[in-house]
Amino acid sequence: MVNRVVVGAHYGLGSWLVQRVSAIVIAVYAVIMAIALLGGHAHDYAAWKALFGQGWLRFATFLFVVSLLLHAWVGMRDIWMDYVKSTGLRLTLEALTVLWLVGCGGWALQILWR
Amino acid sequence: MPELAAKKPRPIWYNLSPVNLPAPGLVSILHRASGILLFLAIIWLLYLLDMSLASEAGFDHLKSYAANPIVKLAILVLSWAFLHHFCAGIRYLFLDLQKGIDLPAARATSFTVFAVSLILTVVAAVLIW
Repeated sequence: MVNRVVVGAHYGLGSWLVQRVSAIVIAVYAVIMAIALLGGHAHDYAAWKALFGQGWLRFATFLFVVSLLLHAWVGMRDIWMDYVKSTGLRLTLEALTVLWLVGCGGWALQILWR
Repeated sequence: MPELAAKKPRPIWYNLSPVNLPAPGLVSILHRASGILLFLAIIWLLYLLDMSLASEAGFDHLKSYAANPIVKLAILVLSWAFLHHFCAGIRYLFLDLQKGIDLPAARATSFTVFAVSLILTVVAAVLIW
């Protein structure tokens, strides 16, 4: 794309789509977790550990973690873009947000695959 | 094209105080506020998840930790934040599909978001206590 116009159409479409797809993944995972919690899978350590030992739940949890990080990134970036007018400060906050989320993602994977 | 868009007269809503916002506006700003809250809570929730899965002792420690009224209150506030964000988010997905975009429907679904999320928050409170 040679003639990029700052206010042109479609430039935010990728983020917009990521926000919606990740939202659906998070919502579905939340319902699964709510059912698991209400079904007594967190009643004691053995049941809780067994729940997270299942392959399909680890698969779903991994997708949930990735979706959550992307979702939080797009949402927080929107907030920084709306309220922080200074480019330097906004860039700093956006970079810190990314680093923070990547760090959280690393910890989440460590918890899951310990 | 940008000039055309800029010159188009638009309605301006100056009073952005939450109590003066129409219901869809209140859903929107609370969607944002709850999103920030959930972002900030990620690290604490990871800490709790880590504790719960680390060992039998960690799981038991989490149980006594979560018995603290302040911790219970924090979990309840985060439950509300998640439930509001969840319900408002589903409403936005329908708005994206051009469903419920006329004013009466937009107002009605906003009140539905508040009703459903607050009722589920009460359910969460009952489960926590």
